Amino acid sequence: MRVFDSRLWLCYNAAARWAMERQRKRYGDVHAMLQVRNLHVSVDGQPILKGVNLVVRQGEIHALMGPNGSGKSTLAKALMGHPGYEVTAGEVTFKGQNLLEMAPDERSRRGLFLAFQYPVAIPGVSLANFLRTAINVRRKAADPDDKGLPIPEFRRFLKAKMDLLQMDHRFAGRYLNDGFSGGEKKRAEALQLAVLEPDIAVLDETDSGLDIDALRVVSEGVNALAGPDLGMLVITHYQRILNYIKPHFVHIMLDGEIVESGGPELALKLEERGYTWLEGKQNGRGSG
Amino acid sequence: MERKGFTCEAVEELSAYLDEPGWMRDFRLAAFEVYQSLPMPSLRDEAWRRTDIRPLQLDSIGPFLNGNHPSPGSPVVEPPAEVVAPLLAQETGGILVQVDGATVRCTLSEELGAQGVLFTDMHMAVREHGELVRSHFMRQAVPPTAGKFAALHAAFWRGGPFLYVPAGVDAGVPLVSLLWASAGRTFSHTLVVLEHGAQATLVTHLESRVGSGQALHNGAVELLLEDDTRLQYVAVQEWGSNVWQFTHERARLGRNADLEWVISSMGSRLSKSFQTVELDGAGASARMYGLLFADGSQHLDHDTQQNHNAPDTTSDLLFKVALKDRSRSVWQGMIRVLPAAQRTNGYQANRNLLLAETARADSIPGLEIEADDVRCTHGATVGQADEDQVFYLMSRGLPRPDATRLVVAGFFAEVMDRVPVLGARERLQAAIQRRI
Ligand SMILES: Nc1ncnc2c1ncn2[C@@H]1O[C@H](COP(=O)(O)OP(=O)(O)OP(=O)(O)O)[C@@H](O)[C@H]1O
Ligand SMILES: [Mg+2]
Repeated sequence: MRVFDSRLWLCYNAAARWAMERQRKRYGDVHAMLQVRNLHVSVDGQPILKGVNLVVRQGEIHALMGPNGSGKSTLAKALMGHPGYEVTAGEVTFKGQNLLEMAPDERSRRGLFLAFQYPVAIPGVSLANFLRTAINVRRKAADPDDKGLPIPEFRRFLKAKMDLLQMDHRFAGRYLNDGFSGGEKKRAEALQLAVLEPDIAVLDETDSGLDIDALRVVSEGVNALAGPDLGMLVITHYQRILNYIKPHFVHIMLDGEIVESGGPELALKLEERGYTWLEGKQNGRGSG
Repeated sequence: MERKGFTCEAVEELSAYLDEPGWMRDFRLAAFEVYQSLPMPSLRDEAWRRTDIRPLQLDSIGPFLNGNHPSPGSPVVEPPAEVVAPLLAQETGGILVQVDGATVRCTLSEELGAQGVLFTDMHMAVREHGELVRSHFMRQAVPPTAGKFAALHAAFWRGGPFLYVPAGVDAGVPLVSLLWASAGRTFSHTLVVLEHGAQATLVTHLESRVGSGQALHNGAVELLLEDDTRLQYVAVQEWGSNVWQFTHERARLGRNADLEWVISSMGSRLSKSFQTVELDGAGASARMYGLLFADGSQHLDHDTQQNHNAPDTTSDLLFKVALKDRSRSVWQGMIRVLPAAQRTNGYQANRNLLLAETARADSIPGLEIEADDVRCTHGATVGQADEDQVFYLMSRGLPRPDATRLVVAGFFAEVMDRVPVLGARERLQAAIQRRI
């Protein structure tokens, strides 16, 4: 089995390389947007990420898959700068600058976005109030004299974005994630993605908890945002979201490392065969 | 201006200056005797165990006789325009503005006046509606014997609003009172009388700039709700940080009366307030909401009681407290249920948000239940601003201070949503934002 797998791996590797080349040709050799090199992250002194390498450029869609507990959300939160996630080695650059030196809010204002797997509730703060504040701090950071987006204009803008995700407008008045159903939370995360218009977005299991119709709506909504200006890292367990948001690359994380990268076929293969065929692929332990 | 201590002569002088009827003068003098007979509260008293008033130089502050006001009705000092203007811009049924207890403005809509509603200052009420005041003033709700500071207040009270709504009248739009302190000594008395079936909304603001030296507010609030009445009462306290506040506040509710009482306390150096609802009539219900935010070395102490004296009564208390710097809050709450008060629901909750490690919140809930068919719950929590909430907001681009501000605003929203008057709500929101 292992021999067979290794051959396949070479084959996928070639496919991945080919896909990357195609990207370069399409967009020119653009400046790498998000570049993760040998990233090690610990939580509570426990090493979770053990040398992650990943490059996500604007316009690219990457899928990141991997079993429960392999470290996908850890990567997402470390990229966003969660204080509980300690980077012990490696580097991350974003638009050529050291991301790890920036506070989370600065990362966001520079164009990085994370749709959380488990968004926290903030009772007492309405979704609309929160989004208006989020927009206004960006405007203020860009221009200290900015007086903020006028409320009627904001309302129009928000309604358009809510329509994109087929959200009831009354949602804007509800307290942020407070009492939201699992699916409503994911929809609200997608709404924030649509409102904040980042350059690179990490979507951590935005498809989990959505019913079939909601999955289609949210996926189509996110897909409508995709394009040459947005790079995406879509963390998922399922092929079905990838039917809507077609990845250029698929990566597989196992125990804190990306052990396999390839084209869209890789996701299909996982769906078919699970993760067991990848065992032993980790750095230093892999058979190659 | 010369400052005098709290003496019998000072009581006489004040009463004469205010040109009061004999009964009020006698009432004050009797109260002063009570004051003298009671010991100054100390850390040995259960109610004062956590609030140290030894640094207070009470006698060197003294009573407010006339201060810098040359004659009654013509005060020299006006409250700052930016304090008054927003109140005047609201839709109200009437406004009372006082400086140090002397009235500078008093209006009441013709419509309410025609229905027999009275909204005026307490001295005017004593002069013109003597019997009405006399039958209620510091009798049923806050007698001079309620405590050392209640007695002091009874002897030296000055100013404050009087609201009377006759039977069956719905006063509708809110009535608003502002007490502005410029001389550092206020003794205002709030008296609300709702006759059978009456309804009203009253908002009181207590404000001052930060002055030099110690200042005093020694107030009393009496809310008298006859059967089938409904009162929304919002009290907003924004004293300067040199004010020491001592208040006794009590509501009495008749059969099926309904009270919603919002207590906002953000100012003062130290404040000790006793706030009690007495559910005297069957079916009465009261909700008390506290919105407290302290910083610096402020010390806010609220002593609440929900007394169920009749069957089928409901009380619900929620105090939300946010603390910065070295500030401290004490909340001590008691639900008492008398044997006759069957089918009672009593709830109390105190939520404290500590925004600094040096801040401290003490929560002492209590139940004394003598009836058996009763549903009571109490709970208290003390916590820091949730780092995951702050991180979530920061991940959307909000700098930490903005993220914290939003979390705190959210923390207070539950109570803020209860403030029935838009103008008061906006004022509170602005005060919270300033403080963060
Ligand atoms: N705050 C934490 N404290 C302790 N352990 C943590 C913490 N966060 C993550 N871990 C551990 O790190 C490992 C990786 O977790 P992570 O959430 O990144 O996995 P994941 O790949 O996103 O899994 P899933 O597919 O279930 O979402 C797990 O073993 C988890 O228990
Ligand atoms: Mg995860």
